[in-house]
Amino acid sequence: MKTLKYILAGILFGIVMSKSEAISWFRIQEMFRFQSFHMYGIIGTAVILGVISVLVIKRFRIKDSSGHPIVFADKNKPYLRYLIGGLIFGLGWALTGACPGPMFVNLGYGYLAMLVVIVGALAGTYLYGVIKDKLPH
Amino acid sequence: MTGAGKKLKFFDFNWKTQQWNLLFLLGAIAGGYIASHYLANPADLELSESTIRDLSKLGISFKGGLNPDELFSLEALSQPKTILLLLAGGILVGFGSRYAGGCTSGHAISGLSNLQLPSLVAVIGFFIGGLIMTFFIMPYIF
Repeated sequence: MKTLKYILAGILFGIVMSKSEAISWFRIQEMFRFQSFHMYGIIGTAVILGVISVLVIKRFRIKDSSGHPIVFADKNKPYLRYLIGGLIFGLGWALTGACPGPMFVNLGYGYLAMLVVIVGALAGTYLYGVIKDKLPH
Repeated sequence: MTGAGKKLKFFDFNWKTQQWNLLFLLGAIAGGYIASHYLANPADLELSESTIRDLSKLGISFKGGLNPDELFSLEALSQPKTILLLLAGGILVGFGSRYAGGCTSGHAISGLSNLQLPSLVAVIGFFIGGLIMTFFIMPYIF
């Protein structure tokens, strides 16, 4: 039953990302060129709804599906990793037009070439695991 | 899963507790399939004219679909250069999102929703990287 819930959440995510065109390489280019409100509208709406959701969850101490209270962990302070890591992520986001979730949605949509991007992303994650301790955070 | 946890501490965690991630991904793939097979919009994407113009200068043509054939068609994959670009882009996304501790959903949406300053820094990083790629690197690699 729980398995089904996670899969259903994924299906909903995949449909919303497809129908909102957020999985489109062209839409990401349009965003980085500041030539349309489209992506800003999607992300902005998500953040506004997210702020409200977080407030409601905290205010009414809502529990998760297994009955545990939902806790929001604050992000750690040193800012360097967010800036450098973010910058590296941004380079890849603009080039492939895909962040991690949409890579898989695109694959299901029929863009099989995304498999190459997914292989790269797994390699990149592995690489981070290997050199993590040598990086400034 | 692949034994990486035995060699590297970063991968040494309980896979069972993270299974939901993989289930969610399976759902995401199915969601994409459902969207393209049963909910597809036959009309072209309403992409901004200026984006279409700018991209055509880079040799990327817009034919109405979500993604350009020049990068994501199977014919394009016959060129080693395309594979190299997609692979490199994927490595940057994978490495960067782990280093930054989150991606678009983790920082831009969830992090900002919880009013986390580090997430705002990460989002600024996303944009610096994206703008550098779009305006200073893509003109030379496409």
